[in-house]
Amino acid sequence: MVNGKKLVVSASPHLRTKDTTTKIMLDVIIALLPALGAATAIFGPRVLAVTATTVISAVLSEYVARKVMKRHNTIKDLSAVVTGLILAFNLPVSIPLWMAAIGSFFAIVVVKQFFGGIGQNFANPAIAARIFLLISFGQQMGNWTAPLAWKNADAVSSATPLAILGGESAEAMPSLLQMLLGVRGGSLGETCALALILGGVYLIARKVISPKIPVAYIGTVAVIMLIAGKFDLEFLAYQLMGGGLLLGAFFMATDYSTSPIKSNAKIVFGIGCGLITCIIRLFGSLPEGVSFAILIMNLLVPHIETIMAPKPFGTVKEKKSKAKEGEAK
Amino acid sequence: MAEKKSLGKEFTKGLIAENPVFRLVLGTCPTLATSTSVVNALGMGISAMIVLVCSNIVISLLRKVIPSKVRIPAYIVVIASFVTIVQMIVKAFVPALDSALGVFLPLIVVNCIILGRAEAFAGKNSVVASAVDGLGMGVGFTIALCLMASVREILGAGTFLAGAQNLLVLFGDNVLGGFNGFTLPWTEYLTPMTVFILAPGGFLTFGLLMACANRLAESKGKPRAELGGCQACPMAKNCALLAEGKACNDEKKEGEAV
Repeated sequence: MVNGKKLVVSASPHLRTKDTTTKIMLDVIIALLPALGAATAIFGPRVLAVTATTVISAVLSEYVARKVMKRHNTIKDLSAVVTGLILAFNLPVSIPLWMAAIGSFFAIVVVKQFFGGIGQNFANPAIAARIFLLISFGQQMGNWTAPLAWKNADAVSSATPLAILGGESAEAMPSLLQMLLGVRGGSLGETCALALILGGVYLIARKVISPKIPVAYIGTVAVIMLIAGKFDLEFLAYQLMGGGLLLGAFFMATDYSTSPIKSNAKIVFGIGCGLITCIIRLFGSLPEGVSFAILIMNLLVPHIETIMAPKPFGTVKEKKSKAKEGEAK
Repeated sequence: MAEKKSLGKEFTKGLIAENPVFRLVLGTCPTLATSTSVVNALGMGISAMIVLVCSNIVISLLRKVIPSKVRIPAYIVVIASFVTIVQMIVKAFVPALDSALGVFLPLIVVNCIILGRAEAFAGKNSVVASAVDGLGMGVGFTIALCLMASVREILGAGTFLAGAQNLLVLFGDNVLGGFNGFTLPWTEYLTPMTVFILAPGGFLTFGLLMACANRLAESKGKPRAELGGCQACPMAKNCALLAEGKACNDEKKEGEAV
């Protein structure tokens, strides 16, 4: 809105922040790189092909959509690259490349540009696209490749740890060390807990994201799983490192335009995400619920912000007893 | 009272400018539910069109007899009679369509397009005009359904006109050499996107087509609905409030008192 218009404010001096969208997005990309490296080591070079497909088609979709809608070009802010990267992290490595490209197109054009572009999207584009692909191509989206199998000629399919925990598969559980390093079945970017935590800590240290949402999210899941697992710490560790919890908590729930701005609201948002994730994992028919949890909470963000609106300074809360007396009279 | 128009205009307004589905946003439930395949959509559209034309004619004939206080129950009785007739005919002659449409065939009774046209048009206009209005709206509804269904069937199932014999059975066995729809050639290589057959895809298609219809209607030099206020509303010509010089916003304030 400021573009091309005079912004009339009081006299200088003013402090200017050096943050730009491009810089923030570049930080997110840097934070995602360790996980991308780990994924390539675990699932093989096809990871890079899938990632390149989603990134290139996301940027292309953004460019064409802006051009067709006669809006200014925004591919330089790198947000489309981030969306493409995160979407790739949410896909199984064996996904046909054209499906990955359709996911990127859906994320950028339908979820982001139809609603006005960056900052206007109602839901995280990558998550919405993941769910779109999951509903469209259930078979291909649930086809998990076994870790480190790419070195052999035949790819072996494998179950995810959460599916094994849920009793859907009789395969042996990976050890906790394997879980930490990401040597397990799953979406290509969600497996390596170590790399994701590294990226998350980098983002928090660079003040790109506030720790409130990830801490509230992971904390809620930890508390509920501790109780649900009858204080079995091993079960807890599998729940925290399994599925897309770390990827979701650090990189997807913290998306600026789809998470609350106010500090209290952030905590409520995180707790809500944790609660829905646990309900789906414990009682739902799907083994994993991170993407649905974040999508549902994305939709509730405006309402959380309204409910958590801060009290204006100097106002006094009306006492309930007085109000009751007034009614009695 | 609605202004006088030529019969041709009464017919064509239902196609785009006042298309019941995309412009008036009526009958959304059957639109989303039965537009999973073109054949179902066609069956639903034609059934609704027959009911719409017949009920418009009868209601227009009775418009001076029905007391305005009980007009809605009276309209419903007329509409329900025709729906029952249509349902029996469909059951007898095209049973496969009946089982495909399921509950949505009897639900035409409460289809708001039909009740809406009875209330907004047939109750105030001559028999011929009402019949033409019903036909135009019915064709508009059928076109809208078929457009939605084409997108959803092609993308979601990779077929077009699948199960065509369900409808063609009306003209005898194995007409058109037993034609039963196409399977699109690319389904060998590309898996169809199931989401378009399911509810989310229905809403998605609905929104996109609605945007296209708005663009088409607005490109004819008409003001955009949200900018032009009540005058630009697709329902403006039939709006009783507007005829009295009021706007919908006024009614909300008065509504509490009434």
